[in-house]
Amino acid sequence: MKRTLTALAFLAATTSLAQAEGVLNLYNWGNYTGPDLLAKFEAETGIKVTVTDYDSNDTALAKIEAGGHGFDLVVPSTNYVPIFVQKGLAVELDMAKLPNHANIAPEWMDVAWDPGRTHSVPWQWGSIGMSVNTAVYTGDINTSAIFLDVPDELKGKINVVPEMTDVVNLAVMYVGGEPCTEDTEVLKKARDVLLAAKPHWISMDYGATEKLANNDWAASVNWNGSSMRARLANDTVAHGYPKEGYPIFMDSVMLLADAQNVEEAYTFMNFIMEPENAAMISAFARYNNGIAGSEAFMPEDMKTAPEVVTPEEHQAAGVFLPTCSPTAQQYMTAIWTELLK
Amino acid sequence: MSPAEQSQRRKSSRNGWLLSAPALSLLFLAASGPLLIVLVYSFLTPGQYGNVIWEFSLDGWVGILFTRDIFDGTMNLADAHLTIFWRSVKLSLMTTALTFALGFPTAWFIATRPPAQRAMWLFLITIPFWTNLLIRTFAINEVIRNEGLMNTVLISLGLISEPIRLINTDTAVFIGMAYVYLPLMVLPLFAAIDRFDMKLLEAGYDLYASRLQVLRHVILPIVKPGIIAGSILVFVPSLGAYVTPRVLGGGKNMMIGNFIELQFGQGRNWPLGAALSMALLLIVMAALLIYVRASTKGSNPHG
Repeated sequence: MKRTLTALAFLAATTSLAQAEGVLNLYNWGNYTGPDLLAKFEAETGIKVTVTDYDSNDTALAKIEAGGHGFDLVVPSTNYVPIFVQKGLAVELDMAKLPNHANIAPEWMDVAWDPGRTHSVPWQWGSIGMSVNTAVYTGDINTSAIFLDVPDELKGKINVVPEMTDVVNLAVMYVGGEPCTEDTEVLKKARDVLLAAKPHWISMDYGATEKLANNDWAASVNWNGSSMRARLANDTVAHGYPKEGYPIFMDSVMLLADAQNVEEAYTFMNFIMEPENAAMISAFARYNNGIAGSEAFMPEDMKTAPEVVTPEEHQAAGVFLPTCSPTAQQYMTAIWTELLK
Repeated sequence: MSPAEQSQRRKSSRNGWLLSAPALSLLFLAASGPLLIVLVYSFLTPGQYGNVIWEFSLDGWVGILFTRDIFDGTMNLADAHLTIFWRSVKLSLMTTALTFALGFPTAWFIATRPPAQRAMWLFLITIPFWTNLLIRTFAINEVIRNEGLMNTVLISLGLISEPIRLINTDTAVFIGMAYVYLPLMVLPLFAAIDRFDMKLLEAGYDLYASRLQVLRHVILPIVKPGIIAGSILVFVPSLGAYVTPRVLGGGKNMMIGNFIELQFGQGRNWPLGAALSMALLLIVMAALLIYVRASTKGSNPHG
């Protein structure tokens, strides 16, 4: 009997060794994939994951469309998911291979950009708002006026991230419009507000986490996860949720039509929808993940963090940016060019 | 020439071509292939979400100089585009001038050292090339930022009470560019000055020329090829600079490089981006032609 067991164990060991040849190529945002998550995945499945970074949705889209990239999975934002589907770059998922699909939190299941989650599974979600050093400015921080009608204390000390879609839409919502609007009256107002505010900005740059932490900047238009990381280093930094409306994003994993390692890709997607693993993703980049039950595994400092758990009174102002029409995109680019000329 | 000698010469010329064929074909394919694609793309129609549609259109080229006002629909001169172009050209010219002002005395100093020491000085000049451009730029950023090395030292010495705000200004970009491109100016200048015959200086003084006259009428005309080579080496990459303005300038004002990137990224207008790239190439070619004409005119002995 003992011998049989040993033989079985040996058999199991060799099969897992055989599986160890599996590889997976993940194309994801930079500084977004925790090494401990990949180590755990490799230990459990024997599949070795190679991560390649990108810095914008447009870069990812252009590279994948060009072909010959060798990637299996990509992690586009909400408003790019329909583009990947429409262009036939990502395929419909085989639910039989994703038993953990049921773990997706109900509010993230029937989303406008992918009803029923047939083409994408959640990676992380967050929002863009105002990071403010409350030692410098003590007024209300839950408003886009922080960067569009800059308070005197923050003049020359506030940064704006160079994200065209987010920044223009924050301004559009500030003047009372809808995101991706084609209403030229609204766009004109948004442009004027931006142009008038720009002289008070110190820069339009990334890297807010470090620069808020070391007091180079006193405020920034910023992502909530970055705000939290800045607060952990500098406890006077707080995150404001603009009441006029702020964009919520979710980055979701999609299976590419020309993926070479399809089985491994399914194993990975299923793996990250396990609550414990989803919590590992969050613990690394400090964003929420959209998997029900992952809260229990979250690091203590994230369970109550006001940047991660959106306070009830600010939830209503959050808006998912739709996929803007080419016309709306042209308007935004024109305003952006004018702003940065 | 005997027939044997002729065939020998033909053979060696053929061998020369054969030997250089790999390098030539690599240069040809690597340089003209992508350029042709860019050229073709500049005449196409932008796709809905990036990329292009294969329909001929001149909009990319028209878009360099003219934009349709999004609010009243009229075609206007694109002053935003011109502002961006002018900023790049101005900054490149200023960088060239500053690197020359700093580089000429440096090159002169090195060329007038004893031969044994020159190698060491030249070696020192090339040290910055050991490090990646991005890292050097971030190093400057670390030195000049508000809470950086320069300001902390000056404040602790009591020389200033408020930090000098240099980071994210045009001055910061200017300093950064001059720092990055200085070696490219010094090296060709050194090569030219190194060949300069110092006896000519004495001859000039013997003929009662003042120091300034010697500089203007003896030194500068002879080292002119070095000045031209250095200026081209600095001006051309400055024009397309992308990293330095982005890191040190704080991204508030675009340069041509950043503007082209916008078209291929969030702007989703690849034909305009391609047309802008070609326009940049034309500006560079025009600058080169002016230089070449100026240099051939100067080297003709007159009288």
